[in-house]
Amino acid sequence: MENPYLPYPVRIDDITVEAEDKSLKTFKFVFLNKGDEEKYAYRAGQFGELSIPGKGEIPIGIASSPVEKGFVKFTVNRAGVVTTHLHNMKVGDIMGLRGPLGNSYPWDLLKEKNILIVGGGFAFTTLRSSIVYMLDPANRSKFGNIDVVYGARSPGMLLYKDELVQWEKRDDINMHITVDATDDPDWKYNVGFVPPITEQKAPQGGDDTYAIVCGPPIMIKFTQPVLENLGYEHDHIIMSLENRMKCGFGMCGRCGIGKELVCKDGPVFTLDQINKTPREY
Amino acid sequence: MTLVTIDKKDWLKGLTAAAESYRLFGPVKEKDWHQFEELDKGEMPDLNMVNTRLSPKALLFPQSEDMLEYSLDETRDDHHIMKEVRKDYSPRAVVGIRPCDAKATQLIKLNFDAPDIKDPYWLKAYEATTFIGMACDTPLSTCFCTSTGCGPYHEEGLDVLVMEQNDAYLAKILTDKGQVFADASGWATTSDDAATFEAGKKAAEDRIVSKIETDNLADTDLLELHGAPFWDDVAFACINCGTCTFSCPTCWCFDIQDEVNGKSGVRMKNWDSCMFPIFTVHTTGHNPRDTKTQRVRQRFMHKLKYFVDKYHTGIMCVGCGRCVRQCPVNIDIRRVCELMNSFNPTDACASQG
Repeated sequence: MENPYLPYPVRIDDITVEAEDKSLKTFKFVFLNKGDEEKYAYRAGQFGELSIPGKGEIPIGIASSPVEKGFVKFTVNRAGVVTTHLHNMKVGDIMGLRGPLGNSYPWDLLKEKNILIVGGGFAFTTLRSSIVYMLDPANRSKFGNIDVVYGARSPGMLLYKDELVQWEKRDDINMHITVDATDDPDWKYNVGFVPPITEQKAPQGGDDTYAIVCGPPIMIKFTQPVLENLGYEHDHIIMSLENRMKCGFGMCGRCGIGKELVCKDGPVFTLDQINKTPREY
Repeated sequence: MTLVTIDKKDWLKGLTAAAESYRLFGPVKEKDWHQFEELDKGEMPDLNMVNTRLSPKALLFPQSEDMLEYSLDETRDDHHIMKEVRKDYSPRAVVGIRPCDAKATQLIKLNFDAPDIKDPYWLKAYEATTFIGMACDTPLSTCFCTSTGCGPYHEEGLDVLVMEQNDAYLAKILTDKGQVFADASGWATTSDDAATFEAGKKAAEDRIVSKIETDNLADTDLLELHGAPFWDDVAFACINCGTCTFSCPTCWCFDIQDEVNGKSGVRMKNWDSCMFPIFTVHTTGHNPRDTKTQRVRQRFMHKLKYFVDKYHTGIMCVGCGRCVRQCPVNIDIRRVCELMNSFNPTDACASQG
C-alpha cells in the first residue's frame, strides 16, 4: 500500500536568495532515488509538502514548471518554525518532499484561451510555473494571448527578476511589471498597485479569456471589482487559496471551507466556486 | 448468515482459544468508567456496561501514533531519510464493540479509505481487525441511534453480532471474517432461533425513545444554514474544551507533529479538534475560524451538513450520546440538529426584517 505520509528523500541542490530583504529563497531539490522524479509528475498550480525531519512540514506551491526536468523548485517565505529552519539549511542537506498535492490550474479548460495572470508579492510562484509551461515551445501555440500583471512592494522584492527581463523582451507575452513605489531613477516599468495597473493594462474579459489571480488578500480584494468591470465572469476568474494544512491529501480535516477541502478539492477554485463556500480561509 | 448459540460457561473457553490466533481487545473497567484496551492473556472483556467513556475509534486511530522514524545523526548513511515505523498488523479482534461504534467505523472509513488515496495506518489496522459486536439492550436516555441510520442491533461494520439470552449468547455470524473468528473460538452450535434475535432487536429499538429528525438537512442551502441566526446561542456556553470531538466515534481530524529525542525522531499523527483555535490558524496569525462560534458551527455543520452533502450517506453521527453526556456545559447535538433541521431561511429573513 502506498504511504502518502512518506516523503521522497531529496537533496538541496541550489539556494537562490530572491528578495532584497532575504525573506524569500528559492530551493532547488533533486531526488535521491532514481524514479522518484517520474513519480513526482505535476501540473502547474499544484503544491508540495516540504518535509524537514525533526521540524515538520509546510505546504508550498511548486515554482518550477512541468517542462523543466531534473529538479523541482520551491520559493519559500521565512515565516514560521519550518520555513525559518529551511532558510538556515545549506546546499547538500537532505530532507523530504511529499506530493504533488492538490488540483492544478485547469489546463484542459484553458486550452485555446487568452490568459490574464495577475500576481502580487511572493504568491507568484505557481504563476511562474504556469508562465514557463505556457511559453514552452511545445505549448505556446495551445494558448491565445498571454498578459501578466505582476507587482511587488519594490523592485528588489520581485521574484525571478532575470526571467521577468527575458519575458519583457518576448513578443508572445505581454508583461506589465509594477512596484508599489521606487526611488530608482532607472526603473523603466510601472509604478502603482496591482489593481489599478490591471485596470489600465489588462485585456477585456470574455468567453475566451480567463484570469488567474494569486496574491495577498488585500490585492485580491481590490482586483476582483476591476476584473468584474473588465467583463470577467466569476467562473472565468481562477484563484488559488491557502489554509493551514497538515496531511495535504484530504484526511486531517483542518483546511475545510464548507464541504470542500482546500488541499484536495483545491487549492485552485474559480471565484464562482468560492462564492458557494462559507469562505473560511 | 449463521446463528450460533454459546453457553455462557463456554464464553471464557472460546475467547481463550481465539486468543491463540488473535490479539483481543475489549472493554475494561478503569476507575468508574470503561475503556477499550488490549486484553491480557486470560483477561475477559467486561461486558457489564452500557458503553465505554471514549469510543473504540482509537483501536484503529490511536490518539497518538508514530508513523515515520528517522535519524538526525549525520554519521549515518540514512540520516534525515524518513522510514515507515514497523507495526504489528497481525489479526486482532475487538470483542464487545457496540453497534453504534461499529457503524461509526464505516463513516470514518469514508475519510481514511477514499477511492483515490488511503491512510495505510488506519486501513491496515482496520483490515487486520474482526469486529465482534455486542447488541445493546439497555440504552441510556442520551442514546438516539435509531434515528441516525443505526440501531442497538445494527449490523453495519460488524463481523459478528452477539446478543445476550439468559444463560447463553446468541451470535449472528455476518461475514467470512466473523466465521473465521467463530471457528477459532469453537462457536459451532448452530441455532435456528432467528425469532429471538428479531424479538430482541425490536424490544431494544423500542427502548430508545430519544430521536432526532434529519430529513431537511440535505435540502437546506448550505450557506443559509451557515449564516443561520442561532449559532451564537448554540455556542454561548461552549468553552472549546474538545471533549465532544475526542469522545466522538466519528470525529477523525488529526494533527501531524515531529518529536525528537537525541538524534532520532518520529513523525506522529495525533488527534486534533476543530474546537481548538490552533487547528486553523495561519502562520501570519490570521485565523479563518477565529471565534468559538465559528468553531462550534464547524463541528455541527461538518457532522450534519457538509458530510451529508459530500457523501450522501446521511449524517456523521451514530447517536451514541457521548458528547451529550460528557459536554461540561450541556451542549446537546440533538437540540442543534433540531434547530438546523427546522431552519427555514425565509422565516429567518422575515424575522430579521
